[in-house]
Amino acid sequence: MDVIDIPLVLAWVREIAAAVEQQEARLTELDSAIGDGDHGSNLRRGFTAVLAALDTLDEPASVGAVLTRTGSTLISKVGGASGPLYGSAFRAMGAALPGETADPAEFAAALAAGLAAIRKLGAAEPGDKTVVDAWTPALAAFERTADTGLAAAAGSAAEAAAQGVLDTVPLQARKGRASYLGPRSVGHPDPGAASTELIFRALATALGRLKPSG
Amino acid sequence: MKKLINTPDTVLADALAGFAAAHPELAVDLDNRVIARGSRPAAPKVAVVSGGGSGHEPLHGGFVGPGMLDAACPGEVFTSPVPDQLLAAARAVHSGAGVVFVVKNYTGDVLNFGLAAELAAEEGIEVRTVLVNDDVAVEDSTWTAGRRGTGATVMVEKAVGALAERGAGLDEVAALGARVNAASRSFAIALTAATVPAAGKPGFDLPEDEIEVGVGIHGEPGRRREALRPARELVAEVVDTVLADHDLTAGDEVIALVNGLGGTPLLELYLVYGEVHARLAERGIRIARNLVGNYVTSLDMAGFSLTLTKAGPELLELWDAPVATAALTWT
Repeated sequence: MDVIDIPLVLAWVREIAAAVEQQEARLTELDSAIGDGDHGSNLRRGFTAVLAALDTLDEPASVGAVLTRTGSTLISKVGGASGPLYGSAFRAMGAALPGETADPAEFAAALAAGLAAIRKLGAAEPGDKTVVDAWTPALAAFERTADTGLAAAAGSAAEAAAQGVLDTVPLQARKGRASYLGPRSVGHPDPGAASTELIFRALATALGRLKPSG
Repeated sequence: MKKLINTPDTVLADALAGFAAAHPELAVDLDNRVIARGSRPAAPKVAVVSGGGSGHEPLHGGFVGPGMLDAACPGEVFTSPVPDQLLAAARAVHSGAGVVFVVKNYTGDVLNFGLAAELAAEEGIEVRTVLVNDDVAVEDSTWTAGRRGTGATVMVEKAVGALAERGAGLDEVAALGARVNAASRSFAIALTAATVPAAGKPGFDLPEDEIEVGVGIHGEPGRRREALRPARELVAEVVDTVLADHDLTAGDEVIALVNGLGGTPLLELYLVYGEVHARLAERGIRIARNLVGNYVTSLDMAGFSLTLTKAGPELLELWDAPVATAALTWT
């Protein structure tokens, strides 16, 4: 059966941590252009703490427990806007996945809950040049392709997120620190959208490598 | 870029340890990253707590002490503190009369202080939030994150702290904070960019003969770039920009803050103050009180911000009330 189980969701979060570590400099560079240049270091600090927190999480009872712990740790450790925003997204995904496994439809619903949490807390709309502009197309792609299998759906979600990042380039930021630049924020990709792409790429990588049992 | 640091990751912890060593009169919790007063109030009083990213020193830790803040929470460099930290601060200084959070209007600060206020409420600690958003460089509309909180934070924290010291109630203290913020406007220009230790290089490149106009305090670029000109012309532009957004008229009194952003000598700040004083005098606006120096900095950024707060007798009295903190002290 094509499901996400606990080892797989753990692998996903660890894959995000590895990607953030590897891409820290690039995220910081993107943030320097239109923000304050700390998005990479903040996320690295957060996911380093997440890895430590997951190591002390014995026998998670559900897929959601892993994501809830991830979200709580991000809220506790990151600060800035990205801590509460990503933290709330992971906590919302965690709350939506109470079982030991999640099928593609359930996982899509969790991704939707994560996006809803970000939009509620950040009051961001598509087109504001934020995380929302990568997560929204990624979710749509995942939902559209969910019946072709998890790995394929995650792959198309990652591609859609990447396109979403490119699509933020001509936008003028209307939320977050980049909004202070007004028209000068045009011409740069949004760093938050870029880190969202990493999250979806990590999902595709984890699913491609680890086949769930059962 | 040369920095006096051990490692980029330990800048905050190392600096906080140094601050604690330098100020034994304060209670510095190195684990939770909370700077609090060294002693509890004799009678319950409203506790005033602020916080924000590090890199703006002396804001906020330098303003903890009798007459001003009860506690401050430094976040990572240019990154808001986390909710757990703010909750620890609220718990540490709550004496039964509630807590006022003074929050600069940045998305991260608003989110983290908001989460902390919810957590505190669950524990029965009543919290009111005063949002500081005085920077006229940002258009205040639904299409931006709103105006940034900058120099007015000093005015708000001083006034609110003084009123809380007199035993005023929670709502009264919070309402005063909102009024002081509403009476304040700021604008800044930068001659150089700030260098975040973890990034190791300036946030933006600025040619030798150009300045950034309308910068914030987080190393982000400003609204536009202009040619460097004599201070008199630059100050005129800054004063006029602030006044254009203010309701000041001839005969009004203000508290003026000429604030260095971290990399500008006092010599130049006093020169700027002289120009501000003259320009305001031409408009019939009198500076009743002033502060000249580095109060709300942006690491090593060169440049200054001007904050004008319209001041009636109530605010001047609170401003003159005694204060004893690391960065602001008078009797």
